[in-house]
Amino acid sequence: MMQDIKKWAIGSLWLFILTIPFLGIINGLYLLVSLIALAILYLIYKSFEQGISDIQYKIFQLSIPSIRWPLYSVIAILVIILPFISDPYITNVGTSALTYIVLALGLNIVVGFAGLLDLGYVAFYAVGAYFYALLSIKAGLSFWAVLPLSAIMAAIFGILLGFPTLRLRGDYLAIVTLGFGEMIRITLNNWDSLTGGPNGILGIRGPDMLGLSFSQPYHYYYLIIIIGIFTVFVVNRLNNSRIGRAWIAIREDEIAAEAMGINIVKMKLLAFALGAFFAGMAGAFFAGKMKFVSPESFTFFESVIILCMVVLGGMGSILGVILGAVVLIILPESLRGFQNYRMIIFGGAMAAMMLFRPQGIIGNIKRRLELHPEDEKILKQETESLYDVEKR
Amino acid sequence: MKKTEIDKNNVLLETKNLTKSFGGIHAIEDVSLYINKAMINALIGPNGAGKTTLFNCITGFYPPTKGRILFNDEDITGLKPHQITETGMARTFQNIRLFAEMTVMENVLTGSQCRYRMNILSAILNDKRTRDEEREISKRALKYLRFTGISKFANHISRNLSYGDQRRLELARALATEPKLLLLDEPAAGMNSNETKGLMELIRKIRDEDITILLIEHDMRMVMNIADTITVLDHGIKIAEGTPKEVQKNEKVIEAYLGRRRQTA
Ligand SMILES: Nc1ncnc2c1ncn2[C@@H]1O[C@H](COP(=O)(O)OP(=O)(O)OP(=O)(O)O)[C@@H](O)[C@H]1O
Ligand SMILES: [Mg+2]
Repeated sequence: MMQDIKKWAIGSLWLFILTIPFLGIINGLYLLVSLIALAILYLIYKSFEQGISDIQYKIFQLSIPSIRWPLYSVIAILVIILPFISDPYITNVGTSALTYIVLALGLNIVVGFAGLLDLGYVAFYAVGAYFYALLSIKAGLSFWAVLPLSAIMAAIFGILLGFPTLRLRGDYLAIVTLGFGEMIRITLNNWDSLTGGPNGILGIRGPDMLGLSFSQPYHYYYLIIIIGIFTVFVVNRLNNSRIGRAWIAIREDEIAAEAMGINIVKMKLLAFALGAFFAGMAGAFFAGKMKFVSPESFTFFESVIILCMVVLGGMGSILGVILGAVVLIILPESLRGFQNYRMIIFGGAMAAMMLFRPQGIIGNIKRRLELHPEDEKILKQETESLYDVEKR
Repeated sequence: MKKTEIDKNNVLLETKNLTKSFGGIHAIEDVSLYINKAMINALIGPNGAGKTTLFNCITGFYPPTKGRILFNDEDITGLKPHQITETGMARTFQNIRLFAEMTVMENVLTGSQCRYRMNILSAILNDKRTRDEEREISKRALKYLRFTGISKFANHISRNLSYGDQRRLELARALATEPKLLLLDEPAAGMNSNETKGLMELIRKIRDEDITILLIEHDMRMVMNIADTITVLDHGIKIAEGTPKEVQKNEKVIEAYLGRRRQTA
């Protein structure tokens, strides 16, 4: 508790001093006051924490599966009817949120599962977008034909850029991937004859279907829902497979993973490739929707936002990453007025997250279960089903 | 009757003039040894003698500077660690290396899946064959959890286990890869005498399953009690090998241990 207060005080002071140059002393003091208010709220929260975590646990218990499926169904229905109960602006925000969900789930494979800190992820988004843009403009190919090709192209880039980084870990890996990300952007920016340089590529054909060409926001909204469902399905299956286990083993301890017979070179390249695959798909979708691509859309900042979504929601947790993406897209949209302070809010939120809840919003459900050993019903059921396996 | 002599016709692992240098320092030098099948073989020596380095060479984590390693009459020198695991070798580490955030069961699953194919498409489609394999993998994992006596912790996060149980889990995970040779790097380190006794029983039980054991251990009482053969390293050089009785009487061994003690005193 004392430790938390100290962390908070130092953090607030640091943010205050850091922001003086652009907020000024007066505004800075407001910030400081609001941070102190937040701290008090946090202390109140803390003092009820045991109770809250008990409530959380009860909710979690109920959610298997009697509440979970109805809850998911309600959310699913809301998502599906969104364009009919709102305006095109909201539909566009939804489309954007879903695009980022696809991106974040892809990055989650690399960062969350395999534990490889990739700061250049946006490069694969760019590869997918430009690949479709070029094939559409130069070869006149249709969106549907190029969508899978873009994903595969990005996956190939994932392998190519992943290969030299295989021996790197942690900070070094982050720096090199950051460099690769910038390399791709700078190449796109300067290769005028192919990519149009900073002007980008205009007049990309949008997708069409049964003679109907996509024009309304909700057309794209439903398309990205389908891509999103595909992504969640595949990532979830991978997570629960031998491959997912191998990735997490590498994240937890590379050397022990090798000793367990895991080919870490292959598994890391597979993580890079599959992560990039989904970015490539999202990229092709983005190009088809905007009908315009330029290097400006693929800056380092994009990589950072996507990484924030993964970290905020809870690395490795699919539900967490989806939540993270939704929060980070919808929050800034609803805080339009604070446009200028967006980065500060972002940075502050991430720093606070790392200090106070490093496991992310969702965290690890397994651990939460374990913290309540008195309530071992679910654990027992799980174990029993394991023993059943043996009897068969 | 238990064989206690080194028998050159019953060799599972052989190193030939194995040398590993780190920038001019020979961590192990010209080590040739035979490990017999279905025995508990101990590797002892003072701190820094090169025991762990020898393990790292055998299991492929360090490429040897010189020499060859034969396992089951096959030359495995230069293979990658995961390939060596596939040939039927498993190891534990001097400092426990578990997948800390995984459950106990998942740790062992990671070991037991090593004999099964890994394929993206079957992972995504999750077809019948994949599900059947997955069931076999859990079955095997559970078998080893029970064998090592930690099945009651199956759903616990492994970092929350007691020290002794973590050591057991590392053993279960290594066994789950179905090795012919199991290399244990100081498995009793940090255990109390009760835990050590349990561990010794477990190691004997593993040997009785026809799994050969190569064991690094500092606890001399344990070594003399459990080992069929002992190899002694000092300053990277093999100075003795034989039965516990022979090694105990060996002048060089006494000197290596006592001499070192005099130095540090
Ligand atoms: N990666 C490495 N780089 C440089 N030197 C190393 C490396 N690994 C081991 N050594 C050196 O090799 C020698 C043998 O070390 P090793 O760890 O094999 O000893 P050990 O017999 O396992 O000792 P202990 O009983 O303390 O575990 C030591 O002098 C050590 O410093
Ligand atoms: Mg050692």
